[in-house]
Amino acid sequence: MMKSKIWLVLLIAVGLICSTTLVGSAAQAGGTLVFGSSGDAVRLDPADVTDGESIQRMDNIFDGLVEYKSGSTEIQPCLATSWETSKDGKEITFHLRKGVKFHDGTDFNADAVVFSLRRQYDKGYLPWHDYGEWAYWGYMFSDVEKVVKIDDYTVKLVLKTVNASIMTSLAMFTVNIVSPTNAAKWGPDTFKHPAGTGPFKFVEWVKADHIALEANDNYWRERPKLDRLIFKVVPDPSARLMALEVGEVQGIEYPDPTHFDRIKSNPDLKLLTEPGMNVGYMAMNTGYGYKDANANGVRDADEPWVKTPGYFEPLTKKKVRQAINYAIDKKSIVDNLYKGTAIVAKNGMPPFMLGYNDDIEDYPYDPQKAKKLLAEAGYPDGFEVTLYVMPVSRPYMFDPPKIGEAIQGYLAAVGITVRIYQVDWGTYLQETEAGNHQMCLLGWTGDNGDPDNFMNVLYGPNACSIGTAGNYGFYNDEEAQDLLSKALQTYDESKRAEYYQKVQEMIHEAAPWVYLAHSNQNVVFRANVQGYVLHPTSRKFFYPVWIE
Amino acid sequence: MKWYIIKRLLMLIPVLLGTSIIAFSLIHLAPGDPARTMAGEHASQRTINAIREKYGLDKPIYIQYGIWLNRALHGDMGRSIVSNEYVTKEILDRFPNTFELTFFAMILAIAIGTMAGIISASKQYSALDYTFMGIALFGISMPVFWLGIMLMMIFGVYLRWLPIGGRINILIPFHRITGFYLLDSIITGNFAALISTLRYLILPSTALATIPMATIARVSRSSMLEVLRQDFIRTERAKGLSERVVIYKHAVRNAMIPVITVIGLNFGLLLAGAILTETVFSWPGIGRYVVSAVRMRDYPAVQGCVLFFAFVFVIVNLVTDIMYVYIDPRIHYE
Amino acid sequence: MERKRETKTGELIRRFKYNKSAVFGLVIVLVLVLCAILANYIAPNNPTPSPPELFNSLKPGFWSEDGIKGMPLGTDALGRCVLSRILYGARVSLSAGFVAVGIAMLLGITFGVTAGYYGGRVDAVIMRMVDIMFAFPALLLAIVIVTVIGQGLSKAMVAIGIVYAPQMARIIRSSVLYIKEMEYIEVQKAIGSSNWRVIFRHVLPNSMAPVIVYGTLMLATAILDCAALGFLGLGAQPPTPEWGAMLSKSYSYIVSGAWWAATFPGIAILFSVLGLNLLGDGLRDILDPRLKT
Repeated sequence: MMKSKIWLVLLIAVGLICSTTLVGSAAQAGGTLVFGSSGDAVRLDPADVTDGESIQRMDNIFDGLVEYKSGSTEIQPCLATSWETSKDGKEITFHLRKGVKFHDGTDFNADAVVFSLRRQYDKGYLPWHDYGEWAYWGYMFSDVEKVVKIDDYTVKLVLKTVNASIMTSLAMFTVNIVSPTNAAKWGPDTFKHPAGTGPFKFVEWVKADHIALEANDNYWRERPKLDRLIFKVVPDPSARLMALEVGEVQGIEYPDPTHFDRIKSNPDLKLLTEPGMNVGYMAMNTGYGYKDANANGVRDADEPWVKTPGYFEPLTKKKVRQAINYAIDKKSIVDNLYKGTAIVAKNGMPPFMLGYNDDIEDYPYDPQKAKKLLAEAGYPDGFEVTLYVMPVSRPYMFDPPKIGEAIQGYLAAVGITVRIYQVDWGTYLQETEAGNHQMCLLGWTGDNGDPDNFMNVLYGPNACSIGTAGNYGFYNDEEAQDLLSKALQTYDESKRAEYYQKVQEMIHEAAPWVYLAHSNQNVVFRANVQGYVLHPTSRKFFYPVWIE
Repeated sequence: MKWYIIKRLLMLIPVLLGTSIIAFSLIHLAPGDPARTMAGEHASQRTINAIREKYGLDKPIYIQYGIWLNRALHGDMGRSIVSNEYVTKEILDRFPNTFELTFFAMILAIAIGTMAGIISASKQYSALDYTFMGIALFGISMPVFWLGIMLMMIFGVYLRWLPIGGRINILIPFHRITGFYLLDSIITGNFAALISTLRYLILPSTALATIPMATIARVSRSSMLEVLRQDFIRTERAKGLSERVVIYKHAVRNAMIPVITVIGLNFGLLLAGAILTETVFSWPGIGRYVVSAVRMRDYPAVQGCVLFFAFVFVIVNLVTDIMYVYIDPRIHYE
Repeated sequence: MERKRETKTGELIRRFKYNKSAVFGLVIVLVLVLCAILANYIAPNNPTPSPPELFNSLKPGFWSEDGIKGMPLGTDALGRCVLSRILYGARVSLSAGFVAVGIAMLLGITFGVTAGYYGGRVDAVIMRMVDIMFAFPALLLAIVIVTVIGQGLSKAMVAIGIVYAPQMARIIRSSVLYIKEMEYIEVQKAIGSSNWRVIFRHVLPNSMAPVIVYGTLMLATAILDCAALGFLGLGAQPPTPEWGAMLSKSYSYIVSGAWWAATFPGIAILFSVLGLNLLGDGLRDILDPRLKT
């Protein structure tokens, strides 16, 4: 009797717990969008983040002086209503929008702009400068000398040299405007309590779980349509998709390409996809870099070419590098491992960018030709080489371990034995930037849509600095650097395009890279989510989104 | 008895000191530069150097250790290199999640494990006995990460009965008071949240419970069998007491002594299992945190977690030993 | 004592034969060993074909019409035969387990015998170190060690060996303590045999029973932990067909319907561990009933 009661209670409990209908597909809360992110934010200070997860939260809380037009890398006014550039191109004066309030109720003005930027470059601006690493400033804005307040609603940006990409760079999160009052209130903990002027206000951050934002009723544009925007951390792509299918989240990023069939067959879901502004490649260390003693990012006359730690005789030979290009079946990799959500790459930047050279003919898959070239180079029996394989999935390479293994297999077929080397992400970057690798997998997502942000940082000989290299092939043709520098210091677009096309030709011939793919960026939403527009830089703007 | 406990507590000090030295030096012997990781993908060398200086990563290792130990004794284990948050806070934030998972798993393991053991013993050589022990045998050989994946696949992907990762359905309004989801939903009388929390808890805790459950079932069975053979049980039976009273009132209490030891011993397995289970089920606990901290070379975080795990483990072993003394009157410690 | 044991050998074998589960365990282990040794003869395909057959990616096995002939358990994401990889994987997992346990035994015997035989300060110091190591859950300590010495199968073996050593040391120490007190050891000492001689000729051989029993059981957990490290990406490196790594690289595909690539390697782990556990339990019952829990 007693026993049967217990069983009954147990049965009911199990029934309740297992019935998916009870809460699984609960009705939509009014205008709440839960977005399934692949990781947690690291910090919530727009100037002090470098990872995509933090950035996607920032982009909905903060505004900058200028912003990208929806879905493009052209810029339009935002917190600055207009601007003028001086004749020498070294001073830009911004007129600021009036009547804008930060989330903490204080006014947006010139002081806020100066505060947001000055804390990043002025070592003497204490304590603010000490509260962050400001990694992106040094990287993107080192040409900026200072920011000066002219009056309450006018500021002037002073440059050290002319920089053709500065305006597009100003649309980046790094130079978004933060509330100085809020920063004073929280001090070193400001990164946990963001206050900007953006469409959504910060509500709470539950570590490793979610970040909740709510609509900013006082937004200087029309109020956003969503009431709440929640970024929920679901690291595993399968778990993300399952959560989306049962409606626990309304959108997810980085869907696994192997799930696309399942997504497409589900009428409740829609897959948004668009060519991404990125490139994924395998770099081959051609052997020589330089030590950037004065850390100015430029190879000066007193900084000679020296062997990189990863110097490897066979890879210094052009024929070997070309052979490797012939030996890898890129199309099969893109079809089967990228699952078609990418296009085969033949150049180091995506086709829609200024200066893309479409006349170049890619190396076809031809193992026989590869063997022949290897024999001509003096390696008829191949050799043993180490390939660094990234431990993390990036937007330009969804599954690097698998691609590494595939390359290992292809090169084995022409007699080259590949040892795969894997190490954690931090060490990986450190070692490859130091030129320790013989070959490595890497890639790049564009920051601002300017070709300089690909060609110069990834392939310029100035980027062969051992320890801080961005040019992982250590391609060091000085003629290429001349062309790339000329391209940055002119505003004439057709001239710039010509320079970049020439450099791509030179790189194709020298072949220090096996360009693999330009990946699409993919986001999946429930079918009733409307108004989302993909942005080429993979940044995520939820302002125009609503739920039907 | 009092002296025994005091002695055991004093013995904790060298053990914990030793563990801290091991944790600290091991991580520092490893290759890889944390400054690089902290700066991110696009950082300049200047930024990296600044970070190295700021976090004292350029000082000799014993000085770093001294600073660290002194602070740790004051409850401050430094800030996480990755999040810049206090490690103590990071761990405490995640502690309720790991606690609820392991606690729930342990309850499952003990309840089902002892039940199965007792039933098996009282019906030795029956079909039920063979079934239970067969399952238990598979249970102790199960790779916990694989079991988690299989449960996920069957109950999450195919049957779609249960969610495959996370803590609670985020659309359910939920007020956090203590950080313990089950407790909070009970305190606030939030029935929907309670059900949702349980739904999310079932698969990971089942995966985690399996190995200890199987071990407990095996041990409680053999211990029960031994007790049932003893004289006093025969006397009880002879007195004409019903079989049920004999088994549940007299035999079980005596049979539980070795079971408690096994529960204590299994706690380590449970913590190790939590590392894997949390990884499989995206469970926001300390186990997943330590794996990602190791990958990111987040020195302070790894040290904090390792010390935390060691501390919990040592305390549990201590408690087991002491409980043992209380339960078994035959054992005396000087 | 020694004479008695010799006459017992026949008796031991007879008792083993009657222990059904131990025989079953032995059969599984033998099958496993055979798979490992004969992998290159019995595997239907090359576990790592070159160039890779990416177009075969994630094809199902014999149960489906979409399957490929000659790949009965389907293919993994790189289009490789799952069955062949599991067979070659037996080689990897078994040898990893043996090496790890070998290292644990070497360290454990050295420290255990030293501690047990010499006693006093040496014993106290060694046992305190053992206590400290015991304060970590084994897998956590292995992860930390792998972080230091680097990833890879051989490193994982070493890490697991180190982690298991204290357990072995404890077992051996207690059995040495027991044997040391026996009369004939006293006699050996009295007639002036060197410590080394006493240890190698008398103490060690007599403490072998628990070493064999726990070595077998430890082999089971070593295989499990090696797979766990592989699963966390800290163990075997590609293209090595290691079970744990195969599992971790394939389980994200269960959502897209490809359940086989993650399921079968897990079953292989399960049965190997099961076999070794059964065998270990059986050996314990037979060799040393004293150890029975």
